[in-house]
Amino acid sequence: MQRYALNIFFLVAAVVLVALAQVGWLDRYVLTVITFIGINCIFAVSLNVVNGYMGEFSCGHGGFMCVGAYAGSLLSVAFFTDSRLFGASLFPPESAPFLFPLVLVGASLAAALFGLIVALPSFNTRDDYLAIITIAANYIIISVVENIDAIGGPRGFSGMKRAVNAMSDVAELPWMLIWTIVGLFVCVVTIRRLMTSTYGKGISAVSQNEVAAEMMGINTNRVKIMAFMVSSGLAGLSGALYAHVYGYVNAQSFNILKSTEGLVMVYLGGMGSTSGVLMAAVAFTLLVELLRFVIPWLNDILHAASLLPASYELSQIWKWVFIPLLLILLMQFRPEGLLGNRELTQVFPRLKRWITFK
Amino acid sequence: MLKKNACVFVLSCLSALCAPTALAAGPTIKVGFPIPLTGEIPKVGESSKFAAELYREEINAAGGLEVGGKKYPLEFIFEDNESKPETAVNVTLKLIERDNVLAIVGPQSSRQAVPAAAVANDNEVPMITPWSTNPEATKDKPWVFRAAFLDPFQAPVAADFAAKQFGAKTSAVLFEISNDYSKGLADNFKSAWENRHGKGSVVAFESHGPKDQDFSAQLTKMIAAKPDFIFLPENYSFAALIIPQARDLGFKASFMGSDAWGSAELMKLCGNACKGQFFSTHYAAAGAQGKTKEFIDKYNKKYGYVPDDVAALTWDAVTLIAGAVQKAGALDGNTRAMRKKIRDNLATVQEFKGITGDMRFDAQGDPIKCAVIVAIDDKGDFTFKESVCPK
Amino acid sequence: MELFLQQCVNALQWGSFYALIALGYTLVYGVLRLINFAHGDIFMVGAYIAFFVSTALLAPGLGLSREWTLALTIPLTMILTSLVGVTLERIAYRPLMRKGAHRLYVVVTALMCGLVLENGNLALLGASRKTLPPLLEKNVYDFGGIAVTNLKLWVIFAAALVFFVLHFVVTKTRIGMAMRAVSWDKFALPLMGIPLDSVIVFTFTLGSGVAGLGGMLFAMSYPVLEPYMGAMTGWKAFIAAVVGGIGDIRGAFVGGFLLAFVEIMVAAFLPSTFRDLFAFSILLLILWRRPTGIFGKPQTTKI
Repeated sequence: MQRYALNIFFLVAAVVLVALAQVGWLDRYVLTVITFIGINCIFAVSLNVVNGYMGEFSCGHGGFMCVGAYAGSLLSVAFFTDSRLFGASLFPPESAPFLFPLVLVGASLAAALFGLIVALPSFNTRDDYLAIITIAANYIIISVVENIDAIGGPRGFSGMKRAVNAMSDVAELPWMLIWTIVGLFVCVVTIRRLMTSTYGKGISAVSQNEVAAEMMGINTNRVKIMAFMVSSGLAGLSGALYAHVYGYVNAQSFNILKSTEGLVMVYLGGMGSTSGVLMAAVAFTLLVELLRFVIPWLNDILHAASLLPASYELSQIWKWVFIPLLLILLMQFRPEGLLGNRELTQVFPRLKRWITFK
Repeated sequence: MLKKNACVFVLSCLSALCAPTALAAGPTIKVGFPIPLTGEIPKVGESSKFAAELYREEINAAGGLEVGGKKYPLEFIFEDNESKPETAVNVTLKLIERDNVLAIVGPQSSRQAVPAAAVANDNEVPMITPWSTNPEATKDKPWVFRAAFLDPFQAPVAADFAAKQFGAKTSAVLFEISNDYSKGLADNFKSAWENRHGKGSVVAFESHGPKDQDFSAQLTKMIAAKPDFIFLPENYSFAALIIPQARDLGFKASFMGSDAWGSAELMKLCGNACKGQFFSTHYAAAGAQGKTKEFIDKYNKKYGYVPDDVAALTWDAVTLIAGAVQKAGALDGNTRAMRKKIRDNLATVQEFKGITGDMRFDAQGDPIKCAVIVAIDDKGDFTFKESVCPK
Repeated sequence: MELFLQQCVNALQWGSFYALIALGYTLVYGVLRLINFAHGDIFMVGAYIAFFVSTALLAPGLGLSREWTLALTIPLTMILTSLVGVTLERIAYRPLMRKGAHRLYVVVTALMCGLVLENGNLALLGASRKTLPPLLEKNVYDFGGIAVTNLKLWVIFAAALVFFVLHFVVTKTRIGMAMRAVSWDKFALPLMGIPLDSVIVFTFTLGSGVAGLGGMLFAMSYPVLEPYMGAMTGWKAFIAAVVGGIGDIRGAFVGGFLLAFVEIMVAAFLPSTFRDLFAFSILLLILWRRPTGIFGKPQTTKI
């Protein structure tokens, strides 16, 4: 029983969260922020497979999120709503809560397929050359989406809200929160399982020394394909969730800036530490939201202490000066990220008593 | 120990998120502005902020907005949407849930306006997006309005004027592929032009990416096709780069622009190359009369430059909301009821005399207003050329 | 044919800027194996410094002529920009590297530094765009249908000059030898009596100075300055440096022009709406055929 305590704690926390949202104690702003934290967690953790465990430097992860977002949106619009693009809905809208996982799986598969753009050149390209290939993949994906007018092109694509509403019509639940929690759980379990499997050992071996790994009889190409496809597939999952939470997708929201956000979360948490990256993703997203409240407050204090001239107002622009400064400072104190390349249970061995995680 | 601290930190963060913000003394009229203060188009955010602050200071200096005989101060809350759709949704929700705003002005660009409009509509908060041109932003959303006219109206206006003014038979278009404003206007212009002059009369239809600075490849290609003029549905910062580059490549004919040109910065950045060009917009700054002139002078005095179209449209959006609040007769303590009144009053505006022209809203919440063609004269002033009204 | 030649001239000018920024990337990378993602923003800072310096020099108080302003702005911009670059190295990168952080953590710190520069600029100077006062009388020459301005010629000339100077410094001088030595073996270097820190500072000075020059020429050619102007150009220049073979001066130079040629020719002879798609696919193919870039040597790994 003791060994499962933390797992049960997380389960209870998830249930309590959903319950709180259900009875309306969490308003929609807090709810959306929490959901967004979940999406960022999935995005960062999936990037960690390649950048952390495999030690490559992929900086085009946003592209796969884009594929997932568009694939997920198209699927759910085709499945559950009547649209100009696909005609009548394939399934009755009442089936949305049950068939929605299909949408998520489809989006992940589509993104995983696009992961091959990066996986195949990675056979003989490494390091910064591979980084360029990932950036190129990001640009290519965005350029393709922008040139397909049927899915909106630069205008973006919307209509997923109706699928979410269809779910709410069946049962009034905070559906997207539930799906995000489920998605995050599936994501973490998948990565955990992958990393403890033979493939996972192969991934770690490739990150240590590719030549040596090959000599030990590891099929490095297969390991790389696996890592890239899992990573991009899970990014696609986060994209599909994003699309449904916000009800609108636009290719430019998945450009290189999104990818760098992912990089920040991964390296803040520590390469190759799923728990560290999770913590970093939560901290980063919360920081962004909290500064919205802190900055006006800081402005008042500085004015009260007359440290600022009355004519100058500390506006929200400063937020994006403070955040990177804070992260630079943090890096100086923890030059290996929050947890280094270790998991939480390795940093605090006593935690092992409370956790089993396979 | 560390973990405990981390836990405490996270918990306190969460509680800070959940705690309601401090209430200001006395009732105020709160309006939220989810605008792009950072990201791709910080100038747009700054202009809207400046215009709104100008309005607030003017009203508050007089003791506040008079509603039903009592004066209430205006409280404007500016949030940065970082030019990202997800942040736009988050801050719009923050404004609605945390700050309990009565109405929302913004977001400016369609990429943020479309998802934010859906949120405002779902939560039944009246919203006016001053600058977005994507039809999706207001479509089937009774709570969302818009201050700028749409592409299907503006593009034919530009096409007709260019045909008449330049005697043009052929045209070329250069637009920004990832900007839906630019792309939408370019597409509409192309179909309008080809309707009038036959297929193939748009001899070059080229695009560039966001943040591009060199357009020589596209321009060389366009100049080789020998168009009678080039249509540039671009932000003024691009126009200021494209026109001198075209001149450097030996292009002699004219340019025609769209409402996003309407910024005083255009002349500062572009210099002589932009003189003698035309663009369609909401109002002509030079020779403006009455309220428009008053606004331009006030803005110019405070911030040191002539306001651009975003500032003017934001001013009109804020004025519309203030008018709708006043028309409600009294400030209702119930926020939801008050929001409903504001929305109803906005929808039934008969004839709003704004600084960007007279307008009223159609069934979708899009404005019915006239477009103005502006000529850039030898002094670099934007002078009135003609005005085109929807039939 | 004329069209093609005109496009070549366009590509040469645009490639010069890529080359100037890529040279800075590659210099730092060659020495520290650090991708200095703040480099694009240092380039932006260079453009802004050029703006402030030239405006100050042209101000009625000093009232210098345009020629003198131009002559003074170039060295001042380069010096001030290299100060910014060295400061970043001192404050952000060096302590981190001293602590033995993985190089990718330093890369992410560099990304953060870039964000601070961009948004700090926005917060301090406001969102209004700046424009450089004209320092050069612009002349358009026409060579049989090919239009060239004197500024374009200067830009191409400057890029080539910088390349030859840097190539000379790195291959022929003692400090250049030290720079190559750092990249060869960072730990043996102090044992040989070479001051590691001075070499690194020199590299940053050189790289940022070149970025400053690039920023100034850029501001003269494309006179719309805004805080985010360096970000995209920086990424593209990084791509150019890698495609050329990062760490190699020739690679950065050739890579810059190659990227510009690919971008411009794709936009010129294929539908320009598909520019990114085709341009980056071509780069992918190049990297597929030459996995370590054009000049990069495949590394032999010892086990």
